[in-house]
Amino acid sequence: MASISIKNLKKAYGTFSVLHGVDLDIADGEFVVLVGPSGCGKSTLLRMIAGLEGVTEGEIQIDGARVNDRHPKDRDIAMVFQSYALYPHMTVAENMSYSLRLRKVAKDVAARAVTAASQKLGLEPFLARRPKALSGGQRQRVAMGRAIVRQPKAFLFDEPLSNLDARLREQMRAEIKKMHADLKATSIYVTHDQIEAMTLADRIVAMHGGVVQQVGSPLDLYDRPANLFVAGFIGSPGMNFLEGRAEKDGIRLRDESFMAMGDVPEHLLGQQVTLGIRPEHVVLDAHGQGMPAHLDLVEPTGFGIILHLTLNGLPLKVFTLDRAVLQAGPMVAVTLAQEHLHLFGPDGSRIGGTSDPAAAA
Amino acid sequence: MQSGLLPTIAHRLAVLAYVVFALFPLFWLLKVSVTPNDLLYSEGVRMWPSATTFEHYAHVLRHSAFPTFFKNSVIVSGSTAVIVTLLASLSGYALSRFSFRSKYWIVALMLLTQMFPLVMLVAPIFKILSPLGLTNSLTGLVIVYSAFNVPFATFLMQSFFDGIPKDLEEAAMIDGATRFTAFRQIILPLTLPGIAATLGFVFTAAWSELLFALMLINGNDAATFPVGLLTFVSKFSVDFGQMMAAGILALIPAGFFFLLIQRYLVQGLTAGAVKG
Amino acid sequence: MSLAGTMGGHTRKPWLKRLADTSEPYLYSAPSLILIVTVMLVPLALGISYAFRDIQLLNPFSGGFIGLDHFRALGEDTAFYRALKNTLWWTGASVFLQFTFGLILALLLDKPFWGRGVVQALVFLPWAVPSFLAGLNWAWLFNPVIGPLPHWFFALGLIDQPTNLLSDPHYAMWGPILANVWWGIPFFAITLLAALQAIPRDLYEAASIDGATGLQRFTSITLPFLAPTIAITVLLRTVWISNFADLIVVMTGGGPADRTQIVASYIFTQAFRRLDFGYASAIALVLLALLMAYSMLIILLRQSLLSKD
Repeated sequence: MASISIKNLKKAYGTFSVLHGVDLDIADGEFVVLVGPSGCGKSTLLRMIAGLEGVTEGEIQIDGARVNDRHPKDRDIAMVFQSYALYPHMTVAENMSYSLRLRKVAKDVAARAVTAASQKLGLEPFLARRPKALSGGQRQRVAMGRAIVRQPKAFLFDEPLSNLDARLREQMRAEIKKMHADLKATSIYVTHDQIEAMTLADRIVAMHGGVVQQVGSPLDLYDRPANLFVAGFIGSPGMNFLEGRAEKDGIRLRDESFMAMGDVPEHLLGQQVTLGIRPEHVVLDAHGQGMPAHLDLVEPTGFGIILHLTLNGLPLKVFTLDRAVLQAGPMVAVTLAQEHLHLFGPDGSRIGGTSDPAAAA
Repeated sequence: MQSGLLPTIAHRLAVLAYVVFALFPLFWLLKVSVTPNDLLYSEGVRMWPSATTFEHYAHVLRHSAFPTFFKNSVIVSGSTAVIVTLLASLSGYALSRFSFRSKYWIVALMLLTQMFPLVMLVAPIFKILSPLGLTNSLTGLVIVYSAFNVPFATFLMQSFFDGIPKDLEEAAMIDGATRFTAFRQIILPLTLPGIAATLGFVFTAAWSELLFALMLINGNDAATFPVGLLTFVSKFSVDFGQMMAAGILALIPAGFFFLLIQRYLVQGLTAGAVKG
Repeated sequence: MSLAGTMGGHTRKPWLKRLADTSEPYLYSAPSLILIVTVMLVPLALGISYAFRDIQLLNPFSGGFIGLDHFRALGEDTAFYRALKNTLWWTGASVFLQFTFGLILALLLDKPFWGRGVVQALVFLPWAVPSFLAGLNWAWLFNPVIGPLPHWFFALGLIDQPTNLLSDPHYAMWGPILANVWWGIPFFAITLLAALQAIPRDLYEAASIDGATGLQRFTSITLPFLAPTIAITVLLRTVWISNFADLIVVMTGGGPADRTQIVASYIFTQAFRRLDFGYASAIALVLLALLMAYSMLIILLRQSLLSKD
C-alpha cells in the first residue's frame, strides 16, 4: 500500500480549465472520498491519478515517487469503473486474472489469488460465466474482484455504485467499507452521492468548479462546513439558507425581521451575509412559542417527516421525528436553535466556529 | 396500429413487385445458363426451358480460362480485403480514440478520396506502375484496390470502434497493458463483427472492380473475373449459355459475402453515407 | 506474494514519453495514410500535371509541356459537349429514379410484416451484384436473341419490332439508366431505412393521439427527420453516379454513335483505347472542377437555407 501526494495539480483542455490547482495528501491506508456535483473535476482528478489523463501542471506522487509521466500500467493502481468495464469476451475468472497474466505471474499463484478474491466476494459459482450472464450486483463484485486480486498500491473507485438500484447500493456500500477495514488499502473514491461520501470516508474532499472546497472528516464537513457550497451539498434534506445584512448582535433578514446572534464580527457589519441552519435544528414548538410559520407541504419518509414551511415569506425546511406534527394546523411556531446557526460571509465562506482557520480569516 | 385489408394488400403487392424486379434479371441469367443450346432460340421468351442442362457450367469449368480468372479474382479480392481490414482497423482506431492535431486533415483527406473521379487516376497509375513491373500483375491490382478501399473501410471500422466503450481499454491499461496490447487483446476481439463486415465490403468491392483491371491487365494470365468475362463476351458473343454460366459463377462469391454482411448493411452504409 | 510491477518510470526521460504520446495516433494511421498518399494523391497530382502535357503512351516523343492546348482542343471537341449533356441526363435520371423508388421501398420495409427479413435480403441483393455483371445481365435482357425485354416492349406496342434498345440511337441511354436504377435502388433504400428506423416511434404515437392523419404524419415527422439523410445521400450519389462508367462501358461502350458516352466513360475511352493520357487527364480535370463546383453550390445552398430558419 502507498501514500499519494498531489501538489498544485492543474488540468486544462486548451484554454478550458478543469482543475485549478489541487493539493492533497493521502496517507497510507486511508479512505478518501472526492465528492461534488457533476463537472466539478473529481473524476478528472481521479483519472489523472490513474494516468488516464495527462497532467497540465503540478505533480502527482505515489509513495514519494513522481508519476506524472508514468503510463497507467506502470503505476500499480487498480480502478473500479462506473460501467465496471468488464471484458465481455472473458469469463469472470479470466477478467479477474487478466492483470496477473499481463504481469506474467505464475499460473498457480494467479489461480490462488482469483480463488481467494472470489471467496471473499462470493463469486465462486460464477467464475466460468461471461459478464453478460451476471446481474448488476454480481458484475460490480467482479469489478471489485479484478481490483483486489492484484494487491495494488491503491484502489481508485469512479462512482462504482451509481448503476445499482438503491437496495443493492446500500448493501455494496457496506461491503466496500468492510473490505477496506479488511485490506487497509489506500482508496480514493469518487461519488456525487453525499450519503456514500459520509458513510465511507475517513476523509472527504468536497470539490466544486475545479477547486477543493473543504477537506475533513465526514462529521467535520457536516457540522462545520467551510462555505455555502459545502453546507448546501452535504446533508439531505439540505441546509436552509436565509440571506440578510449583518448588524450588531444579529442579522437583519430580507423581510426586515431580526435574528439575534451572539457575536457578529465587526468587519461584517452592514455586509450581506447568509444564515444557515439544518432542517433538524429547526424546532417546532407545540405551545405556539416562536416565530409563526405557514405549513405548506408535509413529506413523511417513514423514518421521519420533512415539512416545508414559509417563514416571513422565506421557504424553510424542517426535519422532525415527531409524528404529532402530522396533525398540526396550517400555522406552526418555529425556533431556530442558536447554537446550530451557521454564518457565512459575503464571499460565502464560514464565519467563526470552523476547524479550518484559512476559511475563517 | 391497425390498417385495413385494402392497404395491406396494396402493401404486399408493392413489396412483391420490388422482389420480382430485383430478382428477375438474376433469374434470367440462371435460366439461360441451364438452357441447352438447341432450345435457346426456339424457346427464347419462355420462363423456363422444357429441358435443362449443366453442360455450359461443365464447359466453362473445364475448357475455358475461367478457373484462372476465378482464382485470380479470389487472390486479388482476398488479399485486398485482408490488407485493407488490417490497415483500416489501425487507422479507424486512431480516428475513434485519439484526438490529435491533424485528425481533421486526415478525415478531410479521406473524404476527398471518396469525392474525386477515380477514372482520373487511370492514366497516372498506369504510368507509375508500369516501370515498376506492376502492370499486368496481381500485386499491382492489390496495391491499387487497397488504397481505394482504405478510406471507406477506415470510416466503417471507426463506427464499430465508436460502439465499444473507452472504459474497456482504460481498464486494461490500468490492469497493466500497453495501449497496443489492449487494442489487440480487448478491443479487436470485440470488433469481430465489424472486421467481418469490413472484409465483406472490401472483398465485394474488389471483386466488382472493372476499369482499373481493364487498364492494368492484358492477357489471360493475370486477368480477373470482370476482365475475363468481358473479353470472353467480345470474343465469343454467341455462346450465351456459357457466358451466363460464367456470370452465375461470378455472382457466387459476391452473393456469399452479401449474406455474410447483410446484417451490417444498414449500419455500414449509414456510416459510409454520413462520413464518406 | 508480491504482485507489484517493476517500475521503470525513473529512468525514462519525459521528452521521450511526450514524443511517444504525441506520435501514437500517427503510428496507427500511418500505414493507411502512406498507402492513400502514394496510390491516390501522388497520381492525382500527376494526373493534374498530365492535363498540361502531351502524354501518349505509344508515342515515345511525347511528354512535353504544352500548356493549355488540351483545354483548347476540349473547347472545340463536340464529342465532349455531347458527353457532358449525356452525363447530365444519365446522372439526373438515375439519381431521381433511384431515390424515388428507394424511398418507396424503404417506406414499405419500415412496416413490420411476416417474412420481412427474407424480403429485405432479396430486394437488396442487386446491390451485391458486381457492376460489370449487372451491366452484362441487363445487356443480355435487352438482346432480342436471348432477352425477353424487346419482345415484351413489342407486345406492349412500345416499339415496332423486337430490336435491341441499346442499338437505338434515340433510346439507348435508357438501357444503362434502367440497369443503374435496378442496381442502385438498394443503396437508397438501405440508407433511408436506417434513417427511418432512427425516428423515435413515440413521435408517431403522439401525433396519432393529437389526431394527425397518415399523410400528415409523413409530412410533419417522417420527411423532416429524413431531410438531412436525403440531402447528403443525394449529393454524394450524384457525384458518384456521374463518375460511374462501368455500366456504360460494359453495355454500350458509349455507342451507338457516342449517344451514351458520358464524361467518365469518355475519359476512360481516351486513356484505354487511344492511350492519350494527356487529353484524358485534361477532361478528368474539367470533370473534377465541375463536380467540385456542384458540391460547393449544394453546400452553400444548404447553408443559406439553414440560416434562414
